[in-house]
Amino acid sequence: MSEARNQSTAPAVELVGIDKWFGAVHANRAVSLSIASGSIHGIIGENGAGKSTLMSILYGYYRADAGEIRIAGKPVEIKDSHAALAHGIGMVHQHFMLVDPFTVLENITLGVEGGFLLAPGAAKARAALERLQRDYKLDVDLDARVGELPVGSQQRVEILKALYRGAQVLILDEPTGVLTPQEADHLFRILRALRDEGKTVILITHKLREILDVTDRVTVMRQGAVVAERRTADTSKEELAELMVGRKVLLRVDKKPAKPGDVVLAVDRLTVTDANGVRRVKEASFVVRSGEIVGIAGVSGNGQSELLAALSGIRRPSAGTIRLKGREISATHALDPAAMRRIGLAHVPEDRQRMGLVTAFAINESAILGYQGDPRYNGSVLMDRDKIVDLCGRQMSDYDVRPSDPRLRTAALSGGNQQKVVLAREFDRDPDLLLVGQPTRGVDIGAIEFIHRRLIAMRDAGKAVLLVSVELDEILSLSDRILVMFDGRIVGEVNPEEATERRLGLMMAGIAEQAA
Amino acid sequence: MSAASPTALPRWVDVVALPAVNLLAAFLLSGLVVVAIGEDPFQAMGLLVTGAFGNAESIGYTLYYATNFIFTGLAVAIAFHAGLFNIGGEGQAYIGGLGVGLVCLWLGDLPAVLVVPLAILTGAAFGAAWAAVPAYLQAYRGSHIVITTIMFNFIAASVMTYLMVNVLIRPSQQSPESREFATAATLPRLHEIADAVGLEITASPLNLAFLWALICAALFHVFLWRTRWGYEIRAVGANETAAIYAGISPARIIILAMAISGALAGFVALNELMGVHHRIILNFTGGYGFVGIAVALIGRNRPLGICLAALLFGALYQGGSELSFDMPNVTRELVVVIQGLVILFCGALENLFRGRIAAYFQRPATAGAVS
Amino acid sequence: MDELVVVISMVGATLRVATPLILAALGGLYAERSGVVDIGLEGKMLGAAFAAAAVAAVSGSALVGLAAAIAVSVALALIHAYASVTHNGNQVVSGMAINIMVAGLAPTLGVAWFHQGGQTPMLKDDARFAPIALPFSRELADVPLLGPLYAEVISGHNLLVYLAVAAVPATAWVVFCTRFGLRLRAVGENPHAVDTAGVSVVWLRYRAMILCGVLCGIAGAYLSTAHSAAFVRDMTAGKGYLALAALIFGKWMPWPTFLACLLFAFTDALQVRLQGVDLFLVGVVPVQFIQAIPYLLTVLLLAGFVGKAAAPRASAIPFVKDR
Repeated sequence: MSEARNQSTAPAVELVGIDKWFGAVHANRAVSLSIASGSIHGIIGENGAGKSTLMSILYGYYRADAGEIRIAGKPVEIKDSHAALAHGIGMVHQHFMLVDPFTVLENITLGVEGGFLLAPGAAKARAALERLQRDYKLDVDLDARVGELPVGSQQRVEILKALYRGAQVLILDEPTGVLTPQEADHLFRILRALRDEGKTVILITHKLREILDVTDRVTVMRQGAVVAERRTADTSKEELAELMVGRKVLLRVDKKPAKPGDVVLAVDRLTVTDANGVRRVKEASFVVRSGEIVGIAGVSGNGQSELLAALSGIRRPSAGTIRLKGREISATHALDPAAMRRIGLAHVPEDRQRMGLVTAFAINESAILGYQGDPRYNGSVLMDRDKIVDLCGRQMSDYDVRPSDPRLRTAALSGGNQQKVVLAREFDRDPDLLLVGQPTRGVDIGAIEFIHRRLIAMRDAGKAVLLVSVELDEILSLSDRILVMFDGRIVGEVNPEEATERRLGLMMAGIAEQAA
Repeated sequence: MSAASPTALPRWVDVVALPAVNLLAAFLLSGLVVVAIGEDPFQAMGLLVTGAFGNAESIGYTLYYATNFIFTGLAVAIAFHAGLFNIGGEGQAYIGGLGVGLVCLWLGDLPAVLVVPLAILTGAAFGAAWAAVPAYLQAYRGSHIVITTIMFNFIAASVMTYLMVNVLIRPSQQSPESREFATAATLPRLHEIADAVGLEITASPLNLAFLWALICAALFHVFLWRTRWGYEIRAVGANETAAIYAGISPARIIILAMAISGALAGFVALNELMGVHHRIILNFTGGYGFVGIAVALIGRNRPLGICLAALLFGALYQGGSELSFDMPNVTRELVVVIQGLVILFCGALENLFRGRIAAYFQRPATAGAVS
Repeated sequence: MDELVVVISMVGATLRVATPLILAALGGLYAERSGVVDIGLEGKMLGAAFAAAAVAAVSGSALVGLAAAIAVSVALALIHAYASVTHNGNQVVSGMAINIMVAGLAPTLGVAWFHQGGQTPMLKDDARFAPIALPFSRELADVPLLGPLYAEVISGHNLLVYLAVAAVPATAWVVFCTRFGLRLRAVGENPHAVDTAGVSVVWLRYRAMILCGVLCGIAGAYLSTAHSAAFVRDMTAGKGYLALAALIFGKWMPWPTFLACLLFAFTDALQVRLQGVDLFLVGVVPVQFIQAIPYLLTVLLLAGFVGKAAAPRASAIPFVKDR
């Protein structure tokens, strides 16, 4: 309704033919988008679909390689966030840009203090902010320390900050990622109030429910391009899920039926808390047997990383138990990663550069990370570097790593070859349980096939494999059983024979199994 | 601490060319200082080189200074490899000297084959202990190690002054120094050894500690690149997340690396006390701990590089003091200026020329990498 | 009455020893509040002390000397800013480099210019900052308690002492009541917040370093042209590090830092007083122990055994603008 009211005026924001490359990655492909003034416009897409890049261009963080931005019908150049603010564009970042020890008022007025002395400006700002708070139901104590506020209130501070600077267009990047459902509902009430007062809201999210709850129109992005635009009233979660995930050709992998054996890993009501005390994994329970691949599907950021961290011994569980080959690990009996490896665990981490390798090391040194104490090449004092180089050389030729010189620096390898070094290292130890996170992220097609065949071979050799991936194809083509993770919980188990991408997509977006 | 280089450069550029360019910049500015005090920089350079290498005696002195710098350079470097900045080399050397001195004073009657190893061990233990406290506080209480090691330098100075003035002072002596060590508790000088085998070498303070410094440099290499503990230290320094993934405890590594660092710094006392002074004296560390920072920075934290950088600084110290005899306007502190400029250009401003040099190498490098 | 005289003279002595600490620590406060760790306070002070004495000796004017001291100290602060803010260099290495460079440069230039073994010529009284007798200090000196207090503690210091004391409320005002102060505190905690608010992180940090240079410059001038009458080698003798410790002990706040400086200076006055004195139950307290107290306290504080000191969160982290 409000959309209809504003149809006569020029769009608040128009993006025309935006193109952006990061090195070899085409992040935005000729994106054109028109956002009506006084509406809530959703942009939905999977991680890496290019939504955040697009908004960063609008907010002046990046410059587009090609294309034009128009604000209220006029072409503008936005070279930094200062310019964006001047054009009435405000942004609430996924990671808040707040100064924790400051009060709410100080945070909001930072940069627009209103004079050399703080006190007079602060008094004026207080009056203006109280008005804004009334108008938009943005209740937050202006004198509270920001660091002591719950995240929902911190987000309201960010919104107030943008409005106080005169933002007419407000961009919110995945605003509910850190919120409880109640806080999210509160946020949506605020967004509606903003729209009803004539502001334009752009909401970036990967959650279908939010789009349907609060937006007027929705743009779907996939692989850097706009694939569809709908009036929210005319679409459904099923349609959006399908558009968002797309119908990519499945990379089918030849595999024999699994012959699951004994339970190797049993997880019982496992809860994992992150450094900020937020529960990231909530009472997850499942088992993995030898000779099967269990895939965990889910949109990234739903607790998969923390699950892997707990299973591998990096993070201590806060409740529940992990039973690996009969050894029980819990909050009171935690084991470190080295001990977990000794029991028979191997771990291909999600982020090879940050965690899986030391890029400053020679390849042969990276090839023993986690196994630096292995007696095969450790004497009582000295390591046998020749043996390590030989071992690494053999692994590199087994896994077809190129260039194949173990003495090169790890950083000199391409992403796919770095990943092969990690896989070779972890697979080579004859583990009983393999934790595999995002095995083909940033890896070229040829290497993907190779890595998939190797994973199947490990399964056929009787290993228990737990695969975490945000690539649905990968989950579908490799897994013998699929668990879906949403908001820290295992929300369902699916047989891959019966699974469709649509059904998985809905579950991953938090829509109950029965609804699909 | 050691930030990953933003752009990958050919290895020889990183290891040789960049330090050379930075060093050149530091020396150019030092030349300007010489001009500012009204002397001819080229003549000064010449005098400095002859002062450092002109004859056997000056070479002996150069190597004697270099001995200290190898120890302190290695000390700074091993902390760097673990991602730590140890500014406390001065205090660790001082306390290490206490350990060395106590052994030499109390057990000096034992035969040299016992006293010398004991002194080495005790010096290492004292230095290590003095470094382990800030390390523990960093690892388990999050106290910033730069500040705590600075504080520990001052505390070490107070402790040593107290002990020298009140406890260790030689009776009936005014100046605060201990009694002389027994002969078994001293390290023979090179000319004395040469004399014993019938060779004649000009006398200099160069002593057996130099050999121990070279051995330490070799052991340093073996330890860091040929043992799992060295591997773990380097892993923590290069990528702490990956180290934790690999089951390495960063807290334990911090303490291990700092203890070794302190032990190495403590060895300065072998050269100074057992090699030269033959007694415990006040302030024998003379700023050598700080020179270690410059030495490690130029030497790129590698033992061979550190030995060469230590030789350079040994030459600067020796040549500098000769220079101050020949040029009335020059003092020994000129070397300290050069040292500061070297730390500035090779350390804090290491990115100053990197960008420009990287830009030069970028084009051919990217063209070649796609294969 | 005797005790009173002793106490009053100790308070006066404390204030005189504290002056350079206060100035340098407040300078460090600006730097560190902006997120730039500055262990180069020592070097800036030493450079300034030399410049002040050298220029005052040549010009015969303490004020010209002060100007030179400030100029030198600011130049050194700008080198630090150039290395650590512009080039994202290691801030600790940069500070160390400045300390060592100046420790060499001051005596090198001193010997070359004045030929007195690195010292500068003794300054005549009119080339120094002379004590200022406040009105009525002589007349009131005989009033019990208040008289000596006024004469010894409040009156009779030189200009720079008063400047140091005035710098404390001034700094508190700048840091907590002005726009610049708000941004300064913000940039040390979260430079990204400042950047997205459209304020230049680099320029803020440069301004903070300039202020740091000015204050260290005054501190240096105090040492050589007010407290003493010439520059001597290693004149600062670790006062820069002591100021840094006071700043940490004062938790990066102006008034607590001021009190920490007084406390540290008091230990100095105390150690002179307690030399060889047999204290009841304790015996003779070694001078060296009293000297080490400030450093011990700072370590204990950093370890969290005496309160908790949290440095500005962005300290020592170069600001790299990416997401």
